[in-house]
Amino acid sequence: MNYEIIVVGGGHAGCEAALASARKNHKTLLVTGNIKNIADMPCNPSIGGSAKGIVVREIDALGGEMGRNADKSLLQIKMLNNKKGPAVQALRAQADKITYPQEMLKTLQNESNLDIKEELVKDLIVENNVVKGVILENEERISSKCVILTTGTYMKADILVGSTRHREGPHGEKPSNYLSENLERLGFTIKRLKTGTPQRIAKDSIDYSVLKMEPGDDCYHTFSFDNKIYYDKEKQVPCYLTYTTDETHKIIRENLNKSSMYGGLSDIRGIGPRYCPSIEDKVVRFADKERHQLFLEPESLYYDDIYLQGFSTSMPHEIQEQMVHSLPGLENAKILKYAYAIEYDAIYPTQLKQSLETKLIENLFTAGQINGTSGYEEAACQGLIAGINAALKIENREPLILKRNEAYIGVLIDDLVTKGIRDPYRLLTSRAEYRLLLRSDNADLRLSKIGYDLGLLPAERYKKLESKKQKIEEMLEFLKNNKITPKEEINNKLISFNSSPIKDGIKLYDLLRRPEIRMEHIKEFIDIPFDEEVIEQVEINIKYEGYIKKEEKEAEKMLTLENKKIPENIDYYSIHNLASEAKQKLTEVKPTSIGQALRISGVNPADISILSIYLKKNHNYES
Amino acid sequence: MDDTIAAISTSSGVGAISIIRISGKNSIEIVNNITNIDLLKKESHTINYGFIYDKEIMIDEVLITIMKAPKTFTKEDVVEINCHGGVAVTNKILEILLENGCRLAEPGEFSKRAFLNGRIDLLEAEGIMDMLNAKNESARRLAMNNINGNLSTKIRNIREKLIQMSANISVNIDYPEYDDVKEVTNDNILAELNEVEIKINELIKESKNGQIIKNGINTVIIGKPNVGKSSLLNLLLDEDKAIVTDIPGTTRDIVEGNINFDGILLNIIDTAGIRETEDIVESIGVKKSLEYIDKGDLIIYLLNNNDELTNEDYEILEKIKNKNHIILINKIDLDNKLDKSKINEEYIEISVKEKIGLEKLKNTIRKMYELEKIENSDYTYLSNVKDINNLKECLNLIKSIKENIENDMPIDIIDIDIKHIWEILGLITGDTYDEEFLDELFSRFCLGK
Repeated sequence: MNYEIIVVGGGHAGCEAALASARKNHKTLLVTGNIKNIADMPCNPSIGGSAKGIVVREIDALGGEMGRNADKSLLQIKMLNNKKGPAVQALRAQADKITYPQEMLKTLQNESNLDIKEELVKDLIVENNVVKGVILENEERISSKCVILTTGTYMKADILVGSTRHREGPHGEKPSNYLSENLERLGFTIKRLKTGTPQRIAKDSIDYSVLKMEPGDDCYHTFSFDNKIYYDKEKQVPCYLTYTTDETHKIIRENLNKSSMYGGLSDIRGIGPRYCPSIEDKVVRFADKERHQLFLEPESLYYDDIYLQGFSTSMPHEIQEQMVHSLPGLENAKILKYAYAIEYDAIYPTQLKQSLETKLIENLFTAGQINGTSGYEEAACQGLIAGINAALKIENREPLILKRNEAYIGVLIDDLVTKGIRDPYRLLTSRAEYRLLLRSDNADLRLSKIGYDLGLLPAERYKKLESKKQKIEEMLEFLKNNKITPKEEINNKLISFNSSPIKDGIKLYDLLRRPEIRMEHIKEFIDIPFDEEVIEQVEINIKYEGYIKKEEKEAEKMLTLENKKIPENIDYYSIHNLASEAKQKLTEVKPTSIGQALRISGVNPADISILSIYLKKNHNYES
Repeated sequence: MDDTIAAISTSSGVGAISIIRISGKNSIEIVNNITNIDLLKKESHTINYGFIYDKEIMIDEVLITIMKAPKTFTKEDVVEINCHGGVAVTNKILEILLENGCRLAEPGEFSKRAFLNGRIDLLEAEGIMDMLNAKNESARRLAMNNINGNLSTKIRNIREKLIQMSANISVNIDYPEYDDVKEVTNDNILAELNEVEIKINELIKESKNGQIIKNGINTVIIGKPNVGKSSLLNLLLDEDKAIVTDIPGTTRDIVEGNINFDGILLNIIDTAGIRETEDIVESIGVKKSLEYIDKGDLIIYLLNNNDELTNEDYEILEKIKNKNHIILINKIDLDNKLDKSKINEEYIEISVKEKIGLEKLKNTIRKMYELEKIENSDYTYLSNVKDINNLKECLNLIKSIKENIENDMPIDIIDIDIKHIWEILGLITGDTYDEEFLDELFSRFCLGK
């Protein structure tokens, strides 16, 4: 059987990659070790979060699946940072760990261009540095034009508990034992990374009476722009909050040497994520903190596991028992699954182009944790981009490269391929330079046209967006054409809004520019015949106009540097006066533009000047 | 690159010795023309003792180092003149060099030449590329702009403060559910911002004063006819052990002369030719004097102890209120007719004729420009106009943040400006973004699920 695109791995990256490729009418095969684990959520039962929630909206606007699928399986939803500005608000949901994969599997199975095969991939078929297909562990060879690797944590996965190391994937799944060695043989630099997951506790064994309940929000926002669902707080499943105690810390300190990471194992090479430290790390590194927050999160309506967020550890089981029982409300808790750390192989991501195609092997793409990221959302968006770009490659078209001012997805991929990683990469709002441009509320306005042009976003969705854009214009006109006049009644209202009374008529548009006046105040004067989401856009654009313009201007500056292209085949070692660190880093990253070169750590502005002079001299390059 | 450049490469106004550096293909020849030493016959990399002459007049006793290309910092012929410190002598020698065919170097131009020559002409040469190989941009900037470590430390401390503020805000944003991270509010931001503002203001003030000491204080002496303006000027000139000079190309048009008043450089602004003739100077009326007030950094207003205050005096006293000014009551050796109680501010009593009160005048000027502070802190000010403008831009941003706090803008919007200030300060010190910010985030907070 011949395929155009083979996707190796059925996690969040693999699903998006396979769907994008199939939806772009390329015959696609998804190979996974276990069909039951497709779109599995092996760690926390939540989707979204700060910055990550915005990525889900971006995936949706581009025609990806994660947003729609998340909306089908929510247990609880919150708009994070809703008391802060629009730039940093993001959705975070508890998603049902049964429903989410089930729904995703249905979607995959309903996709006509997509086949799913249960097997492990052992090697790649490569001819003249071009990938031609895959070799399965049963020696079967399947050929294709492109291959997308989304192996997650499965390459040479080791589960670490106390002083034990077992070669197995999450939930005791079969790991991929050969692929990373074969990649290394092809010339890839492999990096060992590590992550961890906490215990799952039996729902009924927890004493909720001493815990603080963390309910969801009443929320009319959804991940997908397709949906208009109102989530009632009352109908959502709550989370609970508990804290570590002195006793917990004492147990951890006394048994520290039993933790895999603190002496239990001597052969640890994996680097764990800084933003997601184990509880041992927290207790050791922040010794003066009296307690640490722990969230108890429901995993599913269909089984009993409660996820103990914040308590990831690689202690032996018997110590984990003691630790868990030292927590308020969990004195009699029954541990259904013990926490563990997992070590796995990844590809050092500076070996990728911005399209996520590898520099070494043509037509080979990688996405997700194999690229050194962590998180379902980070994986899904890379899968989507890799799927799109593999398809575009086959179609002989330019790859889709989102810029840093266009999407968090662009920030993430650019960070990976330009800066590389030290530890598993997580998106944070602070990684984005133009936060105010990359909002949750405007993801559709930013990206829907791209999704539509790619053929991933249905025409109907795009039409809706066009109409929204038009309505926004109309509403701006409306605010400019309607005035309030200095009547006593009106001025009294203004005073009650803590705003100064008017002497002459004032356009609603100008009134809204007053810092203290919000749309809800305007509604007191006049009926606003527009949808909430249109009103939201108009209000944000008026209120934050100055800052939005400022970021747009900064982004333009960045883009001019981005447009200064660097030819692909430069021998940086022949440019004599470059600092040696710069030579090495530039050779490694092979930046495509001066803008990208500037972001490489270890390359200084002076190196960039030298590079510019060199390019000008040797490549008729305009600086 | 064909011309020969010269600049004073030590900080002026302080130190016992100043160094003037000349680079370019004519540098040895030009210096040869103004000294008694036959430099053309000297070996490269030698130090030579002699004198600098302005035509027939001997200016200073100096040591001249000649270094021939290519083994020099710029890979061009370089001459360094070690002369006696003091602004006037150093400036005078620079001036003579400029008259003899040098061009005044732009800031950082020596380094720039080193850079460019290294690149274009002698790619293989070693040793000179230190600047290019400097590990980070700040080291490079240090070389380029003479920003010294002390100043960088001050700016870095402010940046450190800002990054902490911003990291706190970011933690609130990225980990909104973590209650163990203090919620940053507009109120506590405001308090911290005020501290930053004070520090930036100090830097600006020091830098301005620093510039003044480096370039001289533009001084206007005004007063009614016969109050003793020209006598004061002559007295100051007498005090100047060095030479009164013109600095070409800069303030030649308006500066009559530079007086080194015991280490303080005063650029006396020519109020229609103070020195021309006694008659003219003394006939400059009040009206004319007023016109000059705007031109000066420092106004010295001369009153006559032997004369009563007139309306004109009150008018001038009012006018100079908002400028740096010193009121001198001259002729205290004569009878007192002036009602001192009518002058509602400090004044200094002097007698130009008896040379009384000069010490006090000097100390007042030193205090006014905080010269002690500048000299003690060893050149910690920014001498680059662009850098000072960057600091001012920071102040504008602080102002805008305060307005936004007033208007209840959300904290993440406030953060945009805080980061911006941090970036601008980074431009001054040459620090780049890198992973600095994230490191701060992860080292200070216990984050994660």
